Amino acid sequence: MADKVIIAEKLTKRFGDFTAVDAISFEVNRGEIFGFLGANGAGKTTAMRMLSGLSMPTSGKATVAGFDVYRENEKIKRNIGYMSQKFSLYEDLTVRENIRFYAGIYGKSSSFIREKTNSVLQELHLTGEADKLVRSLPLGWKQKLAFSVAIFHEPRLVFLDEPTGGVDPVTRREFWNLIYEAAASGITVFVTTHYMDEAEYCNRVSIMVDGRIDALDTPGGLKRSFNAVSMDEVFLKLARKAVRTAD
Amino acid sequence: MNMTAVSISKIVKRYGKKKAVTTALHGISFEVQQGEIFGLIGPDGAGKTSLFRVLTTLLLAEEGTATVDGFDVVKDYKEIRKRVGYMPGRFSLYQDLTVKENLEFFATIFNTSIEENYDLIKDIYSQIEPFKDRRAGKLSGGMKQKLALSCALIHRPSVLFLDEPTTGVDAVSRKEFWDMLKRLKEQGITILVSTPYMDEAGMCDRVALIQAGRILSIDTPQGIVRQFGKKLLAVKAGQMLPLLQAVKEHVAVADAYPFGEYHHVVMKGDGRQELADYLTKKGFEFELKDAEPDIEDCFMGLMKEE
Repeated sequence: MADKVIIAEKLTKRFGDFTAVDAISFEVNRGEIFGFLGANGAGKTTAMRMLSGLSMPTSGKATVAGFDVYRENEKIKRNIGYMSQKFSLYEDLTVRENIRFYAGIYGKSSSFIREKTNSVLQELHLTGEADKLVRSLPLGWKQKLAFSVAIFHEPRLVFLDEPTGGVDPVTRREFWNLIYEAAASGITVFVTTHYMDEAEYCNRVSIMVDGRIDALDTPGGLKRSFNAVSMDEVFLKLARKAVRTAD
Repeated sequence: MNMTAVSISKIVKRYGKKKAVTTALHGISFEVQQGEIFGLIGPDGAGKTSLFRVLTTLLLAEEGTATVDGFDVVKDYKEIRKRVGYMPGRFSLYQDLTVKENLEFFATIFNTSIEENYDLIKDIYSQIEPFKDRRAGKLSGGMKQKLALSCALIHRPSVLFLDEPTTGVDAVSRKEFWDMLKRLKEQGITILVSTPYMDEAGMCDRVALIQAGRILSIDTPQGIVRQFGKKLLAVKAGQMLPLLQAVKEHVAVADAYPFGEYHHVVMKGDGRQELADYLTKKGFEFELKDAEPDIEDCFMGLMKEE
């Protein structure tokens, strides 16, 4: 059990008579890079909100980092990291202040923060920029810093919601390098993306259509079962079946 | 007849004052012909929105000149505002008005009516017309986008500016949106569209690749790919990360990076056989083949040259 970081069984969320997430069941292993794909409105965000302890499921079961989503959602929040394209860092705090702020929220000690800040800054080649406002950094650096901040408290699992949207192709690849390193260190990565080439970088990929998980396999396995040459083609074949429209 | 719809000459845009000046556009020049779909392709912060705002007369450039439909963006701004349609990156219609009220509002501002130009928007608007009494704020993302496009078109503009219309939109909806643009082009409207998605370049007649306020290249998508000029290989093996590291260390390799299922390898010269021998000797079981560069390969090549 210890190496399953997410276990979801028939997890469901209804808003009134609308079933946003329709009995999804899947497991994510420790250290895995798990791609969570789906068209707009397929239910990805709702599912992620339930798994990160922000939204109560209507029915079904799930544990995240070993904690129950109904009863232990506060513990889930402490044991995960989260980063999205839209919200990541405070622009008018410095690099160092952002790190201290987030690490402090997660209850990390001053000595832990001090030591780890230096090593993170070195890895990102940001030592010279530590006391500059985040606002002054190029977008690519901000995104890489935001990721490091999201895993600074060494969570078991990190949710990345479209982390590379709008980022240039070189930085996008540097960002994926950070993801690989995090996964190699044992952090499980749960990532959404609209870039289909990035789906290839995941160990396994699930594709949601109309609130259900319609496919889940390795990228190679998905291409074989859908008789497709690329993940783009797999995605189009599945997403075109969708009945409901985006929200 | 080839007519210039948009002409931009040495446009410089700066933000901030004195110590904290950011230069968003470093002297940009190019022309867009009438009836073209012209793509401005680059990441966030490249200057795409600044340029669109200068061209739609919402922002003054510090240096340089530009004309739209033959009118100067500073002197003739009122004329330009009558002639362009602008769909900003952020949804900016009235959330409390219904679909129909929004469209009527924009038609009235431009002294026209929905009926007068219905043929132009029919293809797009008919898809949301069943919801015409719904408030705009209650629409789905895809429907909002269609309403915004209808509003930008209702006065039959000669030039349409679309700022990142497909950002955050899934692959299926993105393809549908580009199909709509192709049909609009057939109506003779010039379209300038910006996007951070490199794979959308192929949908444009010509593209400008833009990065950090500078144009890296302007050409047809095919022309940009032809300019790549280096041999490109694709390689894969069971262990992708060690493979990338090994490939990067070979002397014949100029650059290597992940590219979907494969790694792309930019070669200094030919050297394919040498690379294959080297990988065999290193013990990799690999597949190595020639690859066609795409816009993303070109963009990265140009970025690294800078």
